[in-house]
Amino acid sequence: MDTSDSEGDSRKSNNKPKYSKFSQQELPACKPRLTPGTVVVAFSLIGVIFILIGLASLSASQEIVELVDRYDADCVPTGDKVGFIQNSETDKICTRTLTVPKHMKSPIHIYYQISGFYQNYRRYVKSRSDKQLRYKNDVHVTKDCHYEANTDDGAPIVPCGLIAWSMFNDTFAISVNKNTIEVNKKDIAWKSDKNNKFGSDIYPSNFQKGSLIGGAKLNESIPLSEQEDLIVWMRTAALPTFRKLYGRIETDIMANDQVTVVIQNNYNTYSFGGSKALVLSTTTWIGGKNNFIGVAYLTLGSLCLFLAMGFIVLYMVKRRTLGDPTYLSWNRDTLDHRY
Amino acid sequence: MKRFVYINDEFCRDSYCDNRISNTKYTLWNFLPKNLWEQFRRFMNQYFLLIACLQLWSSITPVSPATTWGPLAIIFIVSASKEAWDDYNRYLSDKKANERKVWVVNDGGIHIQIKAQDIHVGNIVWLHENDEIPCDLVLFGTSDPQGICYVETAALDGETDLKTRIIPSICASMPSEQLGKVKGLVECPNPDNDIRRFDANMRLFPPIIDNEKCPLTINNTLLQSCYLRYTEWACGVAVYTGNETKSGMSRGTADPKLTAADAMIDRLTVAIFMFQIVVVLVLGFAGNIWKDSQGLKQWYLLYPAEGTWYDVLIIPLRFELLCSIMIPISIKVTLDLAKSVYAKFIDWDEQMFDQETCTPAHSANTAISEDLGQVEYILSDKTGTLTENRMIFRRCCISGTLYGDNNGDALKDARLLDAVSSNDPDIVKFLMVMSLCNTVIPIKSNDGTISYKAQSQDEEALVAAASKLNMLLISKDSSAADICFNSCKLHYDLLDILEFTSDRKRMSVVVKDVQSGKILLLSKGADEAILCRCHQGQQIRNFLEAVEMYSQLGLRTLCLGWRELEEDEYEDWSKKFQDASCSLENREHKIAEVCHSLEKDLHILGVTAIEDRLQDGVPETIKLLKSAGINVWMLTGDKQNTAIQIGLLCNLITPEPKGHLLSINGKTEDDILRSLERTLVTMKSMPVTKDYAFVLDGCALEIILKHSKESFTRLAMLSRTAICCRMTPLQKAQLVGILKSVGYLTLGIGDGGNDVRMIQEANIGVGISGREGLQAARAADYSIGKFKFLQRLILVHGRYSYNRTAFISQYSFYKSLLICFIQILFSFLSGLSGTSLFNSTSLMAYNVFYTSLPVMTIIFDKDISEATVLQYPQILLYSQAGRLLNPSTFAGWFGQSVYHALVVFLTTVCAYADEKSEMEELSMVALSGCIWLQAFVVTLDTNSFTYPQIVLIWGNFVAFYMINLIVSAVPTLKMYTIMFRLCCQPSYWITMALIVAVGMGPVLAFRYLRNVYRPNAISILQQIEQNNENTQSTRTVESPLKSPGTYLTHLLNDQRSNRGASYQPLLSDSVESTR
Repeated sequence: MDTSDSEGDSRKSNNKPKYSKFSQQELPACKPRLTPGTVVVAFSLIGVIFILIGLASLSASQEIVELVDRYDADCVPTGDKVGFIQNSETDKICTRTLTVPKHMKSPIHIYYQISGFYQNYRRYVKSRSDKQLRYKNDVHVTKDCHYEANTDDGAPIVPCGLIAWSMFNDTFAISVNKNTIEVNKKDIAWKSDKNNKFGSDIYPSNFQKGSLIGGAKLNESIPLSEQEDLIVWMRTAALPTFRKLYGRIETDIMANDQVTVVIQNNYNTYSFGGSKALVLSTTTWIGGKNNFIGVAYLTLGSLCLFLAMGFIVLYMVKRRTLGDPTYLSWNRDTLDHRY
Repeated sequence: MKRFVYINDEFCRDSYCDNRISNTKYTLWNFLPKNLWEQFRRFMNQYFLLIACLQLWSSITPVSPATTWGPLAIIFIVSASKEAWDDYNRYLSDKKANERKVWVVNDGGIHIQIKAQDIHVGNIVWLHENDEIPCDLVLFGTSDPQGICYVETAALDGETDLKTRIIPSICASMPSEQLGKVKGLVECPNPDNDIRRFDANMRLFPPIIDNEKCPLTINNTLLQSCYLRYTEWACGVAVYTGNETKSGMSRGTADPKLTAADAMIDRLTVAIFMFQIVVVLVLGFAGNIWKDSQGLKQWYLLYPAEGTWYDVLIIPLRFELLCSIMIPISIKVTLDLAKSVYAKFIDWDEQMFDQETCTPAHSANTAISEDLGQVEYILSDKTGTLTENRMIFRRCCISGTLYGDNNGDALKDARLLDAVSSNDPDIVKFLMVMSLCNTVIPIKSNDGTISYKAQSQDEEALVAAASKLNMLLISKDSSAADICFNSCKLHYDLLDILEFTSDRKRMSVVVKDVQSGKILLLSKGADEAILCRCHQGQQIRNFLEAVEMYSQLGLRTLCLGWRELEEDEYEDWSKKFQDASCSLENREHKIAEVCHSLEKDLHILGVTAIEDRLQDGVPETIKLLKSAGINVWMLTGDKQNTAIQIGLLCNLITPEPKGHLLSINGKTEDDILRSLERTLVTMKSMPVTKDYAFVLDGCALEIILKHSKESFTRLAMLSRTAICCRMTPLQKAQLVGILKSVGYLTLGIGDGGNDVRMIQEANIGVGISGREGLQAARAADYSIGKFKFLQRLILVHGRYSYNRTAFISQYSFYKSLLICFIQILFSFLSGLSGTSLFNSTSLMAYNVFYTSLPVMTIIFDKDISEATVLQYPQILLYSQAGRLLNPSTFAGWFGQSVYHALVVFLTTVCAYADEKSEMEELSMVALSGCIWLQAFVVTLDTNSFTYPQIVLIWGNFVAFYMINLIVSAVPTLKMYTIMFRLCCQPSYWITMALIVAVGMGPVLAFRYLRNVYRPNAISILQQIEQNNENTQSTRTVESPLKSPGTYLTHLLNDQRSNRGASYQPLLSDSVESTR
């Protein structure tokens, strides 16, 4: 009995939990609290920083020269717009003249902007086969495309799917002051897409050969990795209004220069009431022209300063001792009761 | 239904199972189906399975099915492997037990060794000292000439004292060499789980003994999993084997308890589910309309003019899948993990380690820590829980003379010592009853000193006191006892023991004085059980006064009495007693009746008074718990006066004039019911500042519960303190049930077997691992060494656990809703087609990694320090009233998620418009926006930063970028180069800063204004803490106005009037009262 007891004792004394700051929840802790001082300082600091960033972004955005020309309405005769655009016989050439307000430094990006076009519609966005685009052995893998996947006799369409089928096919020829300028259409797609997403040994086949013609046709002698317009188009946009890079102009355009654009107006945005526009734009570190960030930063910065000021005033007018136990509900109620 | 066991007979073996024990829940074959079935009984799992199945339909799933199947599989595999591991361990321990070698006697009377699993019903099992008993046996032989053996039953009932087991009377004279050849029949009931009852008969076959029936009780059995002690050998016949033994039948898993917080989370889940259905229906409908009106015009979509019949379902189902993330799949796992950490913190807590008994606190149930922080009623046992259960004999009253009054210790009272040495007959009888009328076992150690083992601490105290007064109990076995008085030996034959039951409240023994041949009945018991049975002529006023006085002092009283029995009377009675003892049905009741008939016309000898000191820290703890708004009730088996005294001593009730004690009593049923109504009226009309309590006893409670349960329930809701005395274990559980039925969260705390039912019935059961054994501690959810640790368990661990769970659960919903709202907002820009903005990998990782790690940091968070909580216990009201997790706080989180979704989405869409609006980039910008906001939301809601928190929150942030950069480096993935591209863009970082500033700025400003101008109690205490830190010692002493105790009554009253209306917005701290 004695032995079993002493065993028990030694076992019991081992029961004591081992001490560590972690197990006792006693780790040193830092407890920041929202005091008037810290909050006012934080808000003023954020306000100042935000106003500075806002000014910088806004000036960067303002530096950018951007020409936007919506041409969809003016490039079709009034009346049956859809009939006009769908008729392959009609002459769709349309000439537009723009005046450059400010000096535009090269490179000048040419975008086409479409709105009301749902590249993010689920049926559309899923209708592609990345495997087919990448690997030669997988050209028959068209299951993911669902629509415009195979020709009627079962041959795979390369590239398959609604996205490729509906590729944009307006073209722009640009001249400045009557001098034709070359539009550089090289390297308009992401390098990574060209190298890793589209095969250099895959050539378009059976494309746009069906009864329904969607958009652009592809040159069957150029591999997919060099079809940069297609690659750009296949980077689907997340929003129904989007711009896609068409090409670049490598020379500067002076202020008050006349830019003439000859548009081959082929693409149908009329049946769904969308719009098309041509955009010429320079870039800076912030990207394209976008005042949103600058304005948002300025607004937020001033709001922060205003709030900080408000807190100071409030603090002066309505002094409260922090951590006064009389504010505790149980104490307060008793006071109310007593007096 | 009966079972017939033929002793050592090969032919009857096969009808019952062998002794293979199996505690496993599964077999190799049924594991998968059974486990899956169990897991799929939960609503959440069914929901996720449905979602996962829907995702298999490729034309509706927005993301790859792996986003749901993956986490679902992980959750399933984790819980299945946990089950499998537990089950495997059970299998191993079963195997070890099953293959243990045991000695049995075969047909020919030869001892052979076999595996424990091969024992069959009817086998004779031969045990040696310290053997574990392999199955339930009926004892019929031991090495002890008196036929006694000792067993340790700790494994079965948790009681650590030794119990005596005795061979049946018909086997008494059997020589040991005969034992192996015994043939006979045991007639016993079918297996049940009652470890205190075995109503059977035994008959031995000729040639050994004639076939007289002999009754068997639990005292003749050796039960499985007990140990044989201090007995060289013992043998018995196996009656129940394998899983049919008493211990096997009483195993079983209790239903898991659901905490109030869990129930709230479930309700919120259902609400979110409803919301989701509405969203899905609306968006699905709108999506179909868009498709029909706009979709057909969008020529590039190639919509056919005529679709299939199920086309109308596709868009709503897509939205269902898109919105399925509203209910976070990770919440269950996250909460389970958090809960097990809370439990570990309790186990590890050094400050809840009892130095004296070397017991740490332990949480057996790891799932209910939050409930500790929401306790509203504590129902406490008295003896052993509030008191030490260390009984010391202090005073006595023998034939009208009070001893021990002067110095408080009767053993040192010279008058008593004189009386003892002068052989005063009354005193001798008194001492004789003290030392004989009990079930104490004297154990002589080698050096000649005698120690006593007893099941009842009171009995031990009495015997020990008697021995100090020269009445020494030397030895005792089942049939005889030797005592030594003033160094002359007296020998008594023990004829019968009329055992103590909680109904009879007394016990008696019948002994025969060997010298004089007189038969004596010696009784002791509660005053009302003894004094009313005195013989006609005796004046009992003295004794009543003594009992009254002793209980005023908080002492436990017992009355002793005796009577001489005539030979005939005893013979008559003995036969009846034998019959009653043999009955198979209703035995307990019959025995009680027979005993009753003998225990009458007693000569009352006197009253003993035993002191049971309060445990240290009890009054302070009760005061603290009461000021924390917890109502404490004391439920005891003790007398009313003693209970009230203890109640006063431990701050449970306040003395007049501040307190008021209302007593519910009466002689008849009508009296009691009228008294109840009166009390109810008084309670309602009294000013709220008074601290009232009511007191009632078991009889009154029985009548009240029978006739007027409703009034009593109302009374229970009004009264914050109550003392219930003379409670049976069942009544204790009933009281818990009443409080539970009106929606209170109850905590039952006790230390003995009589508290087990209460502990199991209560929402939270706490067991004190005390002197009455471990039975209560084993049945309980938490076991602690001392009552005083309860304050830490509730105020520190319970409160923190509740706060943390409240945050974790709501945050889990917040982050899921956030990402879901972004998806919904995006659907408005994608023609309501159900396109997912985020790709599958991001969605899965968002739930499983990016957002579950930072939230876990909150399990280290402390809003206010432990010291502050203990200083201002009223703060517990916050968690008690569920202020941190309720529909209105949840609405706050819901609003925050809507706001943040709008901020993230609109900022992203505006900043990444036009030429930047590439799908993959935009989705990654939005996702990063969410991750940035997450980190800041957790940071803002963390009250104290320790290094694990900082590491987890910001480490997770870094990990997000690491993971995405790695993923962006894999050419085959859609994400290829995206993250590199973004990180190089200044506008990306500017956008992130904008999202954080717009998302957090208003929240911060709002928090600040609230903390300063409408602070809730928690923020006030945080400010107090900070002031204290800043001005260490200059802090002035608190004015009496602010001391917690003063406002107790108010507070409690407020709490009461608030209950039901309950959910107050977190913002308003003002406790509105209905006054």
